[in-house]
Amino acid sequence: MNPIDQFREQTRSWLEANCPPSQRKAIPEGELVWGASDVEFPNADAQLWFERMRDKGWFCPDWPVEYGGAGLRAEYNAVLESELRRLKCRPPQINLGIWMLGPVLLEFGSEEQKKNLLTPMTRGEVRWCQGFSEPNAGSDLASLKTSARDAGDHFVVDGSKIWTSYGDKSDWMYALVRTDAKASKHAGISLIVLDMKSPGVSVAPIDLISGKSAFCQVFFDGVKVPKSQLIGPLHGGWNLAKRLLQHERKAMSKFGEFSLPTHFHLLPLVKQYLPEPVGQSESALVARAVASAMNEHSYNLTVQRMGEEARAGQDVNGLMSIMKLVHTEQERDKFEVLMDVMGYHALGWDKGAFTPQEQAITRGWLNSFALTISGGASEIQLNVIAKRVLGLPDVK
Amino acid sequence: MHLLYNDDQRLLADSAREFLAARSPVSRQRALRDEAQAGGFDPQLWQDAVALGWSAIPFPENLGGLDFGCMGLGPIFESIGCNLSASPLLSSVVLSGSLLHLQGNAQQQDRWLSATISGERRLALALDEQPRHNPSKVALQAVANGDGYSLTGDKYFVIDGVGADGYLVAARTGAAAGISLFLVPADAPGLTVKALPLIDSRNHARLQLQQVQVGPDALLGDIGCAMPALNIALDRGRVCLAAEMLGMSEKLFELTLDYLKTRVQFDVAIGTFQSLQHRAAQLYVELALARSAVMAGLAALDDSALSEGERQRLASLAKWKAGQMALKVVNEAVQMHGGIGVTDELDVGLFLKRIRVAQASLGDADFHCERYAALELAHA
Repeated sequence: MNPIDQFREQTRSWLEANCPPSQRKAIPEGELVWGASDVEFPNADAQLWFERMRDKGWFCPDWPVEYGGAGLRAEYNAVLESELRRLKCRPPQINLGIWMLGPVLLEFGSEEQKKNLLTPMTRGEVRWCQGFSEPNAGSDLASLKTSARDAGDHFVVDGSKIWTSYGDKSDWMYALVRTDAKASKHAGISLIVLDMKSPGVSVAPIDLISGKSAFCQVFFDGVKVPKSQLIGPLHGGWNLAKRLLQHERKAMSKFGEFSLPTHFHLLPLVKQYLPEPVGQSESALVARAVASAMNEHSYNLTVQRMGEEARAGQDVNGLMSIMKLVHTEQERDKFEVLMDVMGYHALGWDKGAFTPQEQAITRGWLNSFALTISGGASEIQLNVIAKRVLGLPDVK
Repeated sequence: MHLLYNDDQRLLADSAREFLAARSPVSRQRALRDEAQAGGFDPQLWQDAVALGWSAIPFPENLGGLDFGCMGLGPIFESIGCNLSASPLLSSVVLSGSLLHLQGNAQQQDRWLSATISGERRLALALDEQPRHNPSKVALQAVANGDGYSLTGDKYFVIDGVGADGYLVAARTGAAAGISLFLVPADAPGLTVKALPLIDSRNHARLQLQQVQVGPDALLGDIGCAMPALNIALDRGRVCLAAEMLGMSEKLFELTLDYLKTRVQFDVAIGTFQSLQHRAAQLYVELALARSAVMAGLAALDDSALSEGERQRLASLAKWKAGQMALKVVNEAVQMHGGIGVTDELDVGLFLKRIRVAQASLGDADFHCERYAALELAHA
């Protein structure tokens, strides 16, 4: 037997023996495990699965052993991923550090940074958040103003970051800051990491139109950040940020395979709320609903196709570039239709008057507005497709 | 169910692309139109396509086929779309050949299916009678007469009906019974075939049957029991048309992108304008979604593990998505080309006309949206 097949067999039997059956199902929102200094587990199985994968080095299977990874070469890592998928194993933890910052540190970090930052990641001991957007730098991210002033052996950071998911629950942040105010806007940016417990950091959760949210605004008031926490070259942060965002897309597509966030199937709800036979009443509304469901079906098939093409070694960058746009626009569309299908039952706010499902759909509709804005608004996604995929020219 | 072509199917795609690019480019289709011959396709091209094995793809080896499955038709129809090539592959092989294979007895298969696969004969399906495709609205009457039947009624939109050697005619016997299929030779007394020139300049016909007498051996399968086979054959045809529309749309999109990059107005390429960039990006999205639906439709045709309802649902999804997408792409292609877009000189107009016909053929987007809805919402 060749070594790869051997590894597949070993991996398969290890997973069969060590992944608790309860961890082989889609994750409900409330059961996500976030790697953190104070990691919380929804149940004992989740903890067991977390600890076993951690001890195996399989939080970061393809990272070098000296930083706590398992040192798997790409072809072995692909085997592990396919076996995890085959058994439908949940990711043992969610960790922005591993998915986004980690690969950038491996590529650009100093030896000391790799040792100090990567090792706790591979043990799931640090929860990371991302400090990119600012109140005045949204789609135009490079216009960011949060400053890191040179003060000898440290920087002094002043300003504010917004739309930081779980800023209130995170241990550390990686952030883009302006280190040269005079340079052109892309040239004066650096990437730093900082401890969220540093004096001068404060965090305020943001209420959305849908109610409580994971988003926070983070304020920096004279925060001291040692220079050893600068990642990559000074003023060279923009290239690293672009690399980080590439990893984000990859991570999100990986994440999407495992988790099923609160998900409403449109047509069963049509049957529930519009019980008369097709064609006899509300036919215009039913037609809208069915078209929306058919578009969703096409999207799901596209996710499947992209996965198959990627595994067959084809270039899927073009497909990848449409996924966020299509998914979020379709979610918006679906909720708009659902609001009409459910009529008055979709308009409740306080708990009690309507069913939990109805409440969730109302909140889901309000939340769907954020989907087409956050993580690169739909208009930005269209720009990216037009320029990077279709090669349409820029204005001179 | 896989949504990628396998190596064999990719080889088929390469050979079809080369063959059609050399022998049947868009300019050839334009010439055929200008010659205005009722056949609508080049008979020699069809014979050469048969020699390449196209007519044998979906049939089992014991009947002279290649046993390649319907998915093998996908890359061919994509190339057909890309080159706007006319041929009786859909009418004679995919629709009529499938029906003979599924519903014909050994004698009928011997006489007609082998000749269809070898290209010696070609058949056409005479189904629709109303302005819109709808198999359930067949009304043409077959009255038992002696030991055979007498057929009377009209058929519209018979694809490649002019010059066919025989017709599979859908009919009703009695008031309430299901649909039956009869094999009617072209020279049957009482049968009149008239060309029905459509915008795509291909071969379409109108059939009039006036007490056409056929023997008992003309009936395919049992009386009133053709619907299941008809559903399967029509779904094959629908997905093939979806693949053709995908091929046409990808070609159109390529032409349009080129134009956006090269056409200069206000001293810049018009492709620098964000309004056009966003619209082009939307078309790219639609193409990607439609390709997934078409691949699923093709795969479903061959997947015996799927229920009949699931296969129908995926076939309708493919025809719906491809039809809707193709209309969007071609309408935008005309608009983005501006003035030249509405001239006959530009090929875009030829694509526009063919897409409209392919979209209406075997059920348009609305038909398939309703069919999908009925399949999804019927069982409570």
